[in-house]
Order: sequence, then C-alpha cells, then structure tokens
Amino acid sequence: MTALGTPGLDARLVVDRGIFRLDVALTAGPGDVVALLGPNGAGKTTALRALAGLVPLTDGHLRLDGAALERTPPESRPVGVVFQDYLLFPHLTALDNVAFGPRCQGVGKAEARALAAAWLERMGLAEHAGARPRRLSGGQAQRVALARALATRPRLLLLDEPLAALDARTRLDVRAQLRRHLAEFEAVAVLVTHDPLDAMVLADRLVVVEDGRTVQEGTPADIARHPRTDYIARLVGLNLYQGRADGHTVRLDAGPSLTTTEVLTGPVFVAFPPSAVTLHRERPTGTSARNLWHCEVAGLETHGDQIRADLTGELPLAADLTTVAAAELGLHPGTRVWATVKAAQTHAYPV
Amino acid sequence: MTSPHDTSAAVPDTLTGGPRRGRVRTRAARGAPLPLLLPALLGLAFLVLPLVALLVRTPWSSLSDQLTSPEVWQALRLSLLCATAATAVSLVLGVPLAWLLARVDFPGRGLVRALVTLPLVLPPVVGGVALLMALGRNGVVGKWLDAWFGITLPFTTTGVVIAEAFVAMPFLVISVEGTLRATDPRYEEAAATLGASRFTAFRRVTLPLIAPGIAAGAVLAWARALGEFGATITFAGNFPGRTQTMPLAVYLALQSDPEAAIALSLVLLAVSIAVLAGLRDRWMTAS
Amino acid sequence: MTRSVRRTRRTRRTLQVAGAGAAALLALSACSSDDSASSGSDSSASATASDKLSGEVTVFAAASLKESFTTLGEEFEKAHPGTKVTFNFGGSDSLAASITGGAPADVFASASPKTMKIVTDAGGASGTPATFVRNQLEIATLPGNPDKIASLKDLTKSGLKVVLCDKEVPCGAAAQKALDASGLKLTPVSYEQDVKAALTKVELKEADAAVVYKTDVNAAGDKVEGVDFPESADAVNDYPIALLKDSQNTEAAQAFITLVQSAEGQKVLTEAGFLKP
Repeated sequence: MTALGTPGLDARLVVDRGIFRLDVALTAGPGDVVALLGPNGAGKTTALRALAGLVPLTDGHLRLDGAALERTPPESRPVGVVFQDYLLFPHLTALDNVAFGPRCQGVGKAEARALAAAWLERMGLAEHAGARPRRLSGGQAQRVALARALATRPRLLLLDEPLAALDARTRLDVRAQLRRHLAEFEAVAVLVTHDPLDAMVLADRLVVVEDGRTVQEGTPADIARHPRTDYIARLVGLNLYQGRADGHTVRLDAGPSLTTTEVLTGPVFVAFPPSAVTLHRERPTGTSARNLWHCEVAGLETHGDQIRADLTGELPLAADLTTVAAAELGLHPGTRVWATVKAAQTHAYPV
Repeated sequence: MTSPHDTSAAVPDTLTGGPRRGRVRTRAARGAPLPLLLPALLGLAFLVLPLVALLVRTPWSSLSDQLTSPEVWQALRLSLLCATAATAVSLVLGVPLAWLLARVDFPGRGLVRALVTLPLVLPPVVGGVALLMALGRNGVVGKWLDAWFGITLPFTTTGVVIAEAFVAMPFLVISVEGTLRATDPRYEEAAATLGASRFTAFRRVTLPLIAPGIAAGAVLAWARALGEFGATITFAGNFPGRTQTMPLAVYLALQSDPEAAIALSLVLLAVSIAVLAGLRDRWMTAS
Repeated sequence: MTRSVRRTRRTRRTLQVAGAGAAALLALSACSSDDSASSGSDSSASATASDKLSGEVTVFAAASLKESFTTLGEEFEKAHPGTKVTFNFGGSDSLAASITGGAPADVFASASPKTMKIVTDAGGASGTPATFVRNQLEIATLPGNPDKIASLKDLTKSGLKVVLCDKEVPCGAAAQKALDASGLKLTPVSYEQDVKAALTKVELKEADAAVVYKTDVNAAGDKVEGVDFPESADAVNDYPIALLKDSQNTEAAQAFITLVQSAEGQKVLTEAGFLKP
C-alpha cells in the first residue's frame, strides 16, 4: 500500500506456530500510535515480537520508512521495545540501563551516559539515575524502560502491555504520562494491550485481533460505537446484536425485534449501552419505549458506583442501574423483570 | 442446589481451619519433622564422621615435622596452582559451552550434553588413559603436537592442568547451564532490541546475570580439580615439584607412612576449607 | 543374641584351625615325598588329597602374580573337584591393608616381605610366611629397543623419558637399590604408583623405558622389549606367601600354598619369569 520510501510502517505479519497462524496487516504514519487490542492468546505479542525481529516471519513483509526489514536481525532494526515486565537489566543502574542502547550503537561511554541522564531527566527520574531496577517502583521502572527504548532513537516503538504490571492507582498516573510521551514521539508507536481503556486513551487507532486475524480496525471512538464482534462489544461495554433491518425495525437473529432511529435495510449490527436499559418489576404501560422484553436476572455485580445486571430471557442483555434503583426493584438472581430501551439510545449500522 | 453446596463448603472449612492453625504452631516450635530430621542428621554424621576420625588419628606430635618438609609445600603449591589453572581453563571453555547448550537449539543437543557430562561418570583413571590416547606422545592429536611443535603433554605440569580440567569442567558446565536455564532469555532479547549483538548481549547482560552461577560452578570445579587423583597420575605421572599434587603425595605416602598421609590430607583439607569459605563470603553473598 | 552366635562361630573356627594343622602336616609330608617322584605320581597324590577338599579358597595376591596364579588356580580346581579358587590381585600394600582391615581371605601372596610384615605384625597370618619365588628387575623398552638401551647406565642418557615405580612401592624401592648400588643418578619423568602403571606408560609409548619386574615384561608380550641388567641381582625381591588366621577353609588354603611351592607350581612361576627362592 505504502510506496517505497514513504515514511512510516507498512507490514503484513504472517507467523505460523503449529496450528496457530498469525496474519495481521499493519500500517501507520509517523506520529501514529496504533494499539493492537485483543484477548489473551490472540497473537498480539507474537505480532509485536515479529515487528522487533524476535520471531521470524513465515510470510508477508515489513517495511519501515521504506526499508525492508524482514531479514534484518533485531539488533540492527531501528526498533525500540518496552517489554511487559520491562526487563530492565538488574545488574545495571537506571542510568546504565538507558545508556546501554546508545553504547551498543557506538556512542562513547561519557556521551551515552549524558544522553541517558537527559532521558531520565525528561522522564522526571533524574534522582533515580543511580538506582538499581530492584529499588524502583513499578511506575518508575516503566518510565526507565520507556527511556531506554527511546534512547536508541527508534523509528518504531513497541510497547507490550505497558501498564499491565502496575497496580490500579499507579496505572492512572503512568497512563497519563505515557500518553504525553507517546504524543511527543515523532515516529510510529505500536502498543499491545488487552485493556480497552489503555488502548483508547493511548492510541489514535485500534487494530482488534482475535485468533491471529484482524477483526476490526479504526479510531477508538469508531470502534466503541460500532463494535463488530461480541469481544469488542463486551470490551467497550455495549449490548451488541446482529440482525436484518427493514426501515426502523431490526429483526434480531436472537429472536425479538428492535426499533431504531436509523433507517436501514439488510444485515446490520445494533448496539446500545447498558445504561440505556431501564428495568421494571411490572409491565410498564405509560412508557414510550417500544423496545420491551421480558427477562430474568441471571447475575448482579457492582460496577463502579453502579450495579450491572446480567439478564437472560427474550433478549440477553446487560443493564446498568443505580444501587438505589436496584434496591427499590428488589433485584436478586431469578427475579423476573421487564427491560426497555428507547429507540433514540440504540445505534444500528450495516455489517 | 445451593444449600447442600453451602454445608459441604462449610464442613471442610472447619475441619482444615482448626488443625492447620495448630500444626503451624507445632512446626514453628519443634523445627523439622522427624522423618526428615533423622535421615538429615544421619547424612550429616556420615559425611562428617570420617573427617572427625582423621582428626582423632592425626599424629599431632609429629605433625610439625611433616609440615616443615619442603616436599609438602611443593606439592601444595603445585596443587593450588594447577587447580586454579584448571578452573581458569574450565571457565574460558566451559562457560561458552554451557551457553551453547542452554541457549542454542541445535540437532543432537541432548547427545552433546550427555557427552559433556560423561567425565562425571567416567572413572578418572580411564579419563587419564583416554587423555593419553588423545594427547599423549603417541596419541591421536598428541602425535601431531609432538611432530609439529615438539610439545609433549604427559609428565608435565600442563598435563596436570589438562587432566584436572578434563575432570572438573563438567561440574562448571552443568552448574552454569542450570543457571542460564533459570535466567530469563528475554534479557538477551531486550539487549538485542537495544542494538546489542548476541556476543555483546552475552558479555554485558548474560554474563553479569549468571555471575553467581559461574562462581558456584568455578568453586565446584576448583574443589574437584584440587582433589583430582586418578586422571592426573595416569596422564601426568608423578614427579615431585612438577606433577606430584597433594592427592598423589597423599596416596604414595599412604603406602609406607600413613601418618604422613594423614598430615598431608589435613593440610589439603585446611587449605580447601579456607579458600572455599573465603570465596563463599566474597562471591556468593555479593550476588 | 549376637553374642551367642559369635561364640559358636569362634569355637568352630578353632576346631577348623586344629584340623588344618593336621591336614597341613599330611600335605607337607606328601609334598616332600613327591619331590623325588615323577610328575605323574604327583598329580595322583593330589587327587587322593582332594577327597577331603571342597569349598572356596580366596587368595589375595600381588598384581605381578596374576598370570601364573590364575593358571595354578585352574590346575588346583581340576585336581580337586568341588573346590573353587577366587583371586584378588592388587598392589601388595592395599591388599595388606584390606586383610588387616578384615577382608575375608584365606591366603596372602605378597610381592615384598615388607608388606607381608604388615599382616604378620597385625597377627593376621597363621604360621611363618615362606618365600616361594623371587622377582628380578628388568628394563622395559619400546618394541625393537629403538633407543639402543643395553644397560642401566643407558637410562641416564638425556632426552630419554624413563619412568620408575615410586620409592614407596616395592618395585620402586628395588630400582632405587639397584641404582644406588651402581652409583647412578637417574631422573625419571615420573614415579608411578605401581609396576603396572609404569609398564603401561611404555606400552602406550609415552615413556621410552621403565624399570619393572621381569615377570611384567614377560606378561606384556611383544608390546615391550626386556633388557636384562647385571645390577638387578642387587635388588631381587622376595615373594612371601602365608595362610591367614581368619581362613574359613584352611585345608584347601594350605593345599593351594603347597601347590604353589611344589615343583609343578614353581615350573609355572619360572615360566612367567620368576626366580626360584
């Protein structure tokens, strides 16, 4: 797709691993941050390792700024990697970890250390320069790993689950910082994550991978609104159904019909967020909602300050309601309820 | 469905909850359980008793005479020198070999590993004969060494070092390979993504990471080399000051003068304990 | 319980020793009459004695006796059906050490009076050991004697790799005695731990020559060449043999010793290169 000499990444990664086959195409321009999002075992990390040269390609191609890299060994690729557990060299100080890359590239010792010091300064880690990785906190280690990867001036930055090793509190801070650093990064960044929030906050574009194949690609907003698989819908917290549209009515494959605001014909997806669902103990009479289904509560779980009800019945769906509302309704597993969704809150789009 | 499940969950809870708490307390109070403690103490006694017996039977009165003999110091000096040189040889050749076995997947790796460990099970005397066949004046390789360079290895101090390295190197290789296998190979990958060649990655990342394993292996190899007898006497012969190491001196003294043999053994024991304890403090705890 | 068992065993042993003494006297008298008789009547005399002999005889013997004693063991078993001779060949010193350490043996044939003394001093022998052969030193050279070694003095030539037995073992002590007697100073490349090790170095062509026993040169066949030297007469080694006190089968053990000392036994031993006592 990208012509020879065009800056950025143009890759089709095919890796055979026994019965598993990864086949993913990736393109990105300089400054782009692409997130590979997918469940465990989808092949995201394999894709990342293939980009870094740690796993050979079975087929396909890999061009970075127009240069073919398929046969280039990892040490000769202009690629920086932030590993999931960072893999900071435990016997080296933070400074020497960051200086490692420039030293390998032939920079003199003093110069490499000055360079490393500058990177640590930029990451706000100047006072930890002399610390061994063991003595760094998770967030600090993550930033040292990022500085180490960036210090080689890569044209492609790879991040493998950059926030997975952090606890929830640190994660928030580090995510914000990482977002800033990625925004400043002038070349292509590819990050791998199974956390949709990380992906949506950090990336300009998402590539959703399932079973080694790309199932959806687009901006975070686009994917959040128009999920095309159950996995993505669950990730972004949407109720997703496939059906056949005829005007405002969509006959769902799952059984009942659903009324939407869009006018479409043919196979479509219909999605609506759990917060759009209202639950009633009695069949509502005066409501304008035309989407009404009789369901049974299968499970309840706390979701932030809300309660998410997992419903089965006419139409399986997830509904969010306040704790007060849940208490007033007297919900418990097995309770039979009526669920309504306003047509205005549903969203239909062609398959 | 729920109620029987609840009771069944509650019953083991009370059953395990109570005694477990009690068992923890007794374990802390009594230390190790008897079925482990008894064989452990027997094992300790088994290993220590012969050494104690050696001390008991030591002719303390004539010990000073034995120790002032220059031959003892000559043999001791030669032993320490050769064991150290053999350890150095084992390090230079053995660490890369261990890396190859641990990190490179090549056909016949299992066979190579078996070959490497063969000297561990080979009677050292057979090892010495094998070395003669290979490196002797008339050996497969030694023939050419003699013809081209005029080098003959048997009956030389170099021969002692070779014999000791042959027997001791497998200990080092096994130890280092084990450490390498326990070390995350992804550190080497991380180094590669930072632009390090495989050799640079080995030198600057892997080597420091496995330093404790190398140290442990080197200590093992050194100790084995220091006590080496069979391969040494077979390959390098026995000549005071040149190839007569402490174990050879001990063995030959045993033929006529067991007291002298005991005295020599004590010297060897004392020196090895001192060196091993010293190394342990410096190397093992630093890591 | 163990005490009573031990007591019965001890009484049985004293009975055996008493019986063995009588048997030994018989055997000795039979032997002395055999000397004048032909070899044919000798074997028939052994055959009559065999009626009483059975069981196992364990012989600890110096390594240099291996070939000749193995032959004699076979002859003994043939002459006395129902007996079995088991050998343990090794360095005389270590054999002596195992005997005093309690190893089960009936006969000890040593390569030096010194090592036999270790056993007798510990009270391990029954009766006085008798010298049954003597062994003489010889120079073992490479096949064809490429270095033209003709005398003990030739071994001191520079560039020649000579191995000796260590002075602590009998062959080394003997070699040193010979060298001292002829006033020669020889620096070998190695003092080997026993005579077989010294010979092996020549067999493997690692050494050019070794001073070993004549019997060892004989046993090595054409892998080495023997060179006699007159000084060896000054360093002849006596080989003593003795019945051991803890023997479990004294009659058969004594009969084996008798065979070794008989004309027939001596013939086998001299063929192997030993000298008559």
